[in-house]
Amino acid sequence: MSESLPPDQGGRDAGNWARPVDRLSAAGVTGAKVDSVSGKRVSGPLQGFGQLWQKTFKVRLDGSELSPVELIAMWKDRFPTFWPGGSRFYAPLAGIAPGEVALLDVQPVPGSPVKLSTGVMVLYADDESFTFMTPEGHTLSAWITFSAYRDGDVTVAQAQALERTSDPFDELAYMFGANRMNNRFWRQTLENLAKSVGVTAPSVDTQIVCIDKQRQWRHAGNVRNSATLRTARHTLTAPIRWVTRRG
Amino acid sequence: MSATVIESESSGSTAILRISGDITSGSEGDLTAAYAAAVDGGARTVILDFAGLAYMNSGGIGLLVTLLVRAQRAGVHLMATGLSDHYRQIFELTGLFAATTTPDAAAPPAPAAGA
Repeated sequence: MSESLPPDQGGRDAGNWARPVDRLSAAGVTGAKVDSVSGKRVSGPLQGFGQLWQKTFKVRLDGSELSPVELIAMWKDRFPTFWPGGSRFYAPLAGIAPGEVALLDVQPVPGSPVKLSTGVMVLYADDESFTFMTPEGHTLSAWITFSAYRDGDVTVAQAQALERTSDPFDELAYMFGANRMNNRFWRQTLENLAKSVGVTAPSVDTQIVCIDKQRQWRHAGNVRNSATLRTARHTLTAPIRWVTRRG
Repeated sequence: MSATVIESESSGSTAILRISGDITSGSEGDLTAAYAAAVDGGARTVILDFAGLAYMNSGGIGLLVTLLVRAQRAGVHLMATGLSDHYRQIFELTGLFAATTTPDAAAPPAPAAGA
């Protein structure tokens, strides 16, 4: 948990940004079994390893009376409820506000009993948008911004990610399916959001652009923090722990 | 919210883009055009002067990151100056500060063939 800067100590946006923190703390989160975020640093697109992608997912909320501000307020308040089944978002008690940390349990493969435990920090939040930044160890070094705007008479909800995989193993997984699953995850999230405000057949528009095809080999060492490898190790050694407990 | 105003100044292989007003995702056209004009004019170092910056949201910082990455891949040094304490904190938090104020960090690797 960290704090935002008071508005009188910066620009007009001062209260919207998280303050710099050396190490994250998930002390403001309850309910999660695993906290793999506390003590970690944040890690955005500049610190990641893989190719840099900008992904934009949009859904038109035809028929909804919600304004962008009302939609974002509702989205912040009920964020975990829009996630696809099998994954959990443990929101900070203080809500989605600058500097707050949330914990996540994500299924690396749909239907898998294995859960990847990680988290995000709220980098930025205002009335019409909020942005998460990933910590070290997350599969992605990313920012993802959730926003809403008016297109004519219709409110449009948008999720836009600027992301790289964090290390070479994550990049490999990304190339062999994790990327597609990630895209499906956000499309489904927007569909769930749209259905919650009465859109019966939501259609999510997706735009994916590769900003940088090169990989940042100087960040290959991120693998030492990998939540993916930690989870794999934990899963593979489960039988040993089971035998040890019984013996 | 006010518009992004960018004034350009060039000297040899260095260009300075003085940015005032707001930077949001809506600033993409203005910023990209000013950067492209500087590089087309022969600049190999582009300095972004943020002394007049009044507002920036997460769309704005995302825009700066993509501009930085494109500059690095094109062999252009993108530097930042004129940051207030507030914006310096945001740059530090997002990793932009190290990448745009340290010459070594800003110096791009030679583009790899076929990458």
